[in-house]
Amino acid sequence: MRKKIQEFNLHNGLKVLLKEIHTAPLISSWTWYRVGSKDEATGNTGISHWVEHMQFKGTPQFPANILDKAIARDGGHWNAFTFLDWTAYMETMPADKIDLALRLEADRMANSLFDEKEVASERTVIISEREGNENEPLFVLGESVQQAAFRVHPYHHEVIGDLADLKTMSREDLYQHYRRYYVPNNAVLGIAGDFETKVMLKRIQELFEHLPAGDVPPRLERPEPEANGEQRITVEGHGETTYVQVSYHAPAASDPDFITLTVIDSLLAGPSNLNMFGGGGTSNKTSRLYCAMIDKELAVSIGASQVTTHDPFLYNILLTVHPDRTAGEVLDALDVELHRIREERVSGAEIARAVKQARALFAYGSESITNQAFWLGHAEMFATYQWFLSYLERLAKVTPAQVQDAAQRLLRPQCRVVGIYRPAGGDQ
Amino acid sequence: MKAQILSAPHSLPGPEDITRIRLGNGITLLTRANDSSPSVVISGYLPCGALFDPQEKLGLADFTALALMRGTSQRSFQQIFDALESNAASLAIGGGTHTAGFSGRALAEDLPLLLDLLAEILFQPVFPDDEVERLRAQLLTGLSIRAQDTADMASLSFDQIIFDGHPYALPEDGWPETIRAICRADLVDFHARHYGPSGMVLAITGAIEPQKVAALVEKQFGDWKNPQQPEPPALPGLHPLQETTRRKVSIAGKAQSDIALGCSGPTRNSPDFMPASLGNSALGQFGMGGRIGDVVRERSGLAYYASSSLSAGIGPGAWVVNAGVNPGNVDKTIDLVVREIRQFLEKGISAEELADSQSNYVGRLPLMLESNGGVVNALLNIERYQLGLDYYQRYPALVQEVNCEMVLEMARKYLHPDKLAIAVAGP
Repeated sequence: MRKKIQEFNLHNGLKVLLKEIHTAPLISSWTWYRVGSKDEATGNTGISHWVEHMQFKGTPQFPANILDKAIARDGGHWNAFTFLDWTAYMETMPADKIDLALRLEADRMANSLFDEKEVASERTVIISEREGNENEPLFVLGESVQQAAFRVHPYHHEVIGDLADLKTMSREDLYQHYRRYYVPNNAVLGIAGDFETKVMLKRIQELFEHLPAGDVPPRLERPEPEANGEQRITVEGHGETTYVQVSYHAPAASDPDFITLTVIDSLLAGPSNLNMFGGGGTSNKTSRLYCAMIDKELAVSIGASQVTTHDPFLYNILLTVHPDRTAGEVLDALDVELHRIREERVSGAEIARAVKQARALFAYGSESITNQAFWLGHAEMFATYQWFLSYLERLAKVTPAQVQDAAQRLLRPQCRVVGIYRPAGGDQ
Repeated sequence: MKAQILSAPHSLPGPEDITRIRLGNGITLLTRANDSSPSVVISGYLPCGALFDPQEKLGLADFTALALMRGTSQRSFQQIFDALESNAASLAIGGGTHTAGFSGRALAEDLPLLLDLLAEILFQPVFPDDEVERLRAQLLTGLSIRAQDTADMASLSFDQIIFDGHPYALPEDGWPETIRAICRADLVDFHARHYGPSGMVLAITGAIEPQKVAALVEKQFGDWKNPQQPEPPALPGLHPLQETTRRKVSIAGKAQSDIALGCSGPTRNSPDFMPASLGNSALGQFGMGGRIGDVVRERSGLAYYASSSLSAGIGPGAWVVNAGVNPGNVDKTIDLVVREIRQFLEKGISAEELADSQSNYVGRLPLMLESNGGVVNALLNIERYQLGLDYYQRYPALVQEVNCEMVLEMARKYLHPDKLAIAVAGP
């Protein structure tokens, strides 16, 4: 993954990262904006995600329903994603067709229509998306845990937003949000694939450099105060399955503790795969929590997720409780393992294994040009691309003492929210 | 932009670079080298799927496949996964209707490890009692979760209507009572009878040298024999629906209902497949879900997802529209979709719609075949459906030779708006 990356800054503040890869006749382009659900005040929750939907609803040059057909006709793949910290638009195209994607992104950086009728139609689509999420017990549990974990910080609400706001936000709210944040000086363009850098840069300048810079509002900064102690919440629902989510306040991706937590995560629950595309990881059946929870028949599945975020977010451990066990038994066993990682120093060999796993996952991810392009801009949303380049090197330097120190500070019960999804009438 | 294409000529897989070898015991090996990748992907199948399941022990084939990795005469469950995970490799096997399918990935130097483990779990599984019980609890939990999943239950119910009286109506992961009825001896017996080299297919791609891989596979698998291995059972005929049949699966507490609506479809190797597939693209795939996506999502704002799919395999396939909608909008959505299907059958698709989908099918090939995983899937498609080693090279021509009349003929052959299966799962 260490082929040469070239960085350029256009006069209007647009940052461009280019990486030539000539293994397949493909180019993947990613346009990132520094706006996500973290930038939403109460009353406007879900607005960044809704704006992302509206970006598919046309400009004077590319009317709605023309864009998707144009991309599909060329055999391309496109999508968009809204997250806590960012919104991203991607296209992976046959190399000789990438111009369409570039013209489209330059155009919708400034010229989206936000037609009133389209806003009305998309309101019910997004409410339907939220209803689909609500069908999933893990969404319901995750949303409740997140709300409990963040009283002050805007990470407290789900990216999709609250139903009350989805019902009341207006076209004007959406359009103003778009105009405020969709400016070149708030964006990063990352492109990887089968092109010549000089030719690509010239075309990017032609298409993007005339777009005026804007006054981007400062990001909503409302740091979460330190928790006073463990919180426990229970969600009741239908079904027969009990789930437990234990979420610890976790460091931001740029914090040196993040990489130490990566090692801890790998030991506890198997290596997290940070690749968005073309990954393929490994299983977690030899991880500490699998051995303690699944082999001991307390749970039937275990997973954990570490998230690359701009501000401190959560390290989530998720367990599906064995049908003959209770959430309480699972939590007791989990606490034994967490106590162990805080009190017993891990071996250098365990860390070396985690590093080898991470190295292999990086190698798997390099198979996909889309994934390589993803990382160019993605790392810029919470740190810089250097974060990605130095990731394996930093991981290899983590010591057993650092692991213990970080576990003692980060994995204290006082720093967590315990959430239980309990089938109505189920175990107590 | 006139992008300067700098890549080396990128060829589609074909007879020049696919090595296909038949071992003496009936195993077929397909390989293709990919020098730009540091890793290797293996995938394949054995003809021992759920078609062999007794009704009262439905899920036996899947249970057996999943239990293979729970311990061998050489290694315990933990030792198997320690060997894999220490090297960031993966290997998994599970049951389908016709076959048990496996797949694995590793850094290229660990291919011998993957093949060694694959041979070990196929030849010498021991089905430890405690592991079988752990697995059973996991399967039962999976079925509880399935029973609460509106999309899964709509799909299951749809299959029960459309494939009534046919093995495809049965879920290969079984029912809670059939999973409880399976004992360890059933797994041992199923493995002993049905697992063998005849009909096994193995595809490998990545940073490999095909000749070396062939020697390795011959060494690991060449001596495998199972004289009692049966022929796959013949599929019975399908009784087409005589009228529209609608079923509701009630799942309390859900905010959204899932709809599955459609008819049976062609087999994968039928000449009907390509025109039907292009027709399906226009109906419910192209762009943001074709005509179905346009009418249900874009114009009516009824659903976050609405599309159609044509799933085609060895036996009869299914041509199905899926949408997730507010429970209050189920009937309205079904009416819109049926109206759209009627219109599709009346007028067919336009030349422009066909050209769009044809262009998409040909244009997306480089992306589909970019990764080792994509190439391995292509190799398995070639073998499973006997498409010919040059299939992906002929593919653009196969796509282009379809015309609007052929699409309309296939739509009228398979889609019958008065004989639809309609399954709804929700509150």
